[in-house]
Amino acid sequence: MEFALASGIGVLVAAGVYLLLRARTFDVILGLTLLSYATNLLIFASGRMVVGKPPVLRALVDPIRDNYTDPLPQALVLTAIVIAFAMTAVVVVVAMRNHADLRSDHVDGREPGQPAPDGDADGERSPRA
Amino acid sequence: MMQHLVLAPILLPLVTGAILLLLERRHNVRVLRTGAWIGLALLLAAAVALLVRADGGAVEAYLLGDWPSRLGIVLMLDRLSALMVLTTTLLAIPALLYACAGWDRRALHFHALFQIQLAGLNGAFLTGDIFNLFVFFEVMLIASYGLLLSGARGERIAAGMHYVVFNIAASTLFLVALGLIYGLLGTLNMAELAVRVSEVAPQDLSLVRVALGLLLVVFCAKAALLPMYLWLPDAYARAPAAVAALFAIMTKVGLYALLRTGSLWFGEAAGPLAGFGREPLLVLGMATMLLGSLGVVGALRLRIGAAYLVLMSSGTLFVAFALARPGTIAAGLYYLPHSCFAAAAMFLIAHIVQRERGRFGDRVLPIAQPISRLTGLLYMVAALSLIGLPPLSGFIGKFLMLGAVPADDTGWVYATVLGSSLLALIGLSRTGTRLFWRIDEAEPEPLHAMPAPDMPKVGKLEIAATALLLAYGVAMSVAPGPILRYTTAAAGQLLSPADYVRDVRGTRPQQRAP
Repeated sequence: MEFALASGIGVLVAAGVYLLLRARTFDVILGLTLLSYATNLLIFASGRMVVGKPPVLRALVDPIRDNYTDPLPQALVLTAIVIAFAMTAVVVVVAMRNHADLRSDHVDGREPGQPAPDGDADGERSPRA
Repeated sequence: MMQHLVLAPILLPLVTGAILLLLERRHNVRVLRTGAWIGLALLLAAAVALLVRADGGAVEAYLLGDWPSRLGIVLMLDRLSALMVLTTTLLAIPALLYACAGWDRRALHFHALFQIQLAGLNGAFLTGDIFNLFVFFEVMLIASYGLLLSGARGERIAAGMHYVVFNIAASTLFLVALGLIYGLLGTLNMAELAVRVSEVAPQDLSLVRVALGLLLVVFCAKAALLPMYLWLPDAYARAPAAVAALFAIMTKVGLYALLRTGSLWFGEAAGPLAGFGREPLLVLGMATMLLGSLGVVGALRLRIGAAYLVLMSSGTLFVAFALARPGTIAAGLYYLPHSCFAAAAMFLIAHIVQRERGRFGDRVLPIAQPISRLTGLLYMVAALSLIGLPPLSGFIGKFLMLGAVPADDTGWVYATVLGSSLLALIGLSRTGTRLFWRIDEAEPEPLHAMPAPDMPKVGKLEIAATALLLAYGVAMSVAPGPILRYTTAAAGQLLSPADYVRDVRGTRPQQRAP
């Protein structure tokens, strides 16, 4: 099971990094999402692989370490999931605005035939068209 | 009651931000400004009180939720964190002043985001737990995305996209490092980790190195070290002026984290990991400094130059902290607030110049419409202190740092620090002569005849904000004695991490009735 989880995380990271390095914002966002999944699994695994044991104390179970799983990574992973979710939402909005404004979803390139940016364009001066 | 004061720098801006968000719909901008200033005044009072408290020399641990420090989350107050919180607050005052001159009307949710950003910054400086550090990093970053992008369109959105994606990727790496560290060492409390790092089993050593190395990479990415600084100039140069001024302290958060973890985990007592990562940090810090100064020379716009100056000061601080001598850390801690204030002032000046020259913006061209003498004077003071020429604060910081460099490192460090200062001197004097002296009198007529786009006039408030930032620097150079005494004490406290660890682990929960 350790092997399966480790390879799963590895595949997710590899796919995530590949997508992150691509030129279009959609791929980049997918890559970030895959990377965050991989991270969540990794944090979860840092409390060791334990099956079928509760993370909180129960009345009829002896409070010794063998009967429970580590609760802290579960709390950490919840925080990480929430933050990654919020960040994905932010980056989707930015990417959509980027596409709407520049008529291109290139991360840093230009569409063929698109003019180079004016070095002075701060994007804060011209009133909205 | 007083022991709860350490919560104030986080809670005050957070609550102010929430209230401002609620007031936003019903009330006009004047109410929002009043609220923001009340929040900032309270924050300043709290920051000063904390500094006085921390100067007593004790390390204070505040147990949130009253769990023992190795299980729960702790907040920490020592000289370094108090200094950083005060620097943030002092920097926030002129930034808010500048924004109140008009930008806050145009950017959505500006006041709320500004306060939340302050909460994130202060939280990152006060936490004693690396997972909590991650959370506060995120709070700070989310607010910074909002500040950077509100009211943005076109190219600024594209620059913002790079900034957001880069920071999310760095945060993911942060989480990977945290997962590995917890799996290997079983705790995320900084003080507890210091003990476990020194006792790590030989067979785990290389894995622990990887995990801690990843963490250092993340901090370096936030602080814009050499291979990872490419996002910075574009994002900072395109940020609104008031926001860019506040962002001057964002790279310092990474440097703070590096200094804190470096002194706790990789000090003399760390056993096999003592001095981990210092050599590469020193070399890359010097390279960052040089490249930053080359950027200053090559900048075609004043704002880009200012962004590269942030990079240069980052590199200088990397060198100061990587040398890890009491003298260099003390000098670095003096240099850090100075460089925040001066770089922020440069961003504000760039914006003032841009508006005074109208259509030419802040491009470094010898053709220009007249700029007021006052702006030129402000530029001169900011440039002098950023380059590190006497008599201003930059000189004192760099001079003390060079004086404390250990003998076998002097060659390279002297060469790069002085060389980069020379390059910055060349770049900034060229910019200054072209923008303010206008030696080229042959102004092409058609360009002059073209109407300038309607830009709001530069108001007194904006000049006052810039002057205040520069006044901080002047005050630091007029009375360096007390500040240096404080930073020397802070460096001493950092270099004896045993006290810190003992104080944190010794703070026991007090059983209270619910």
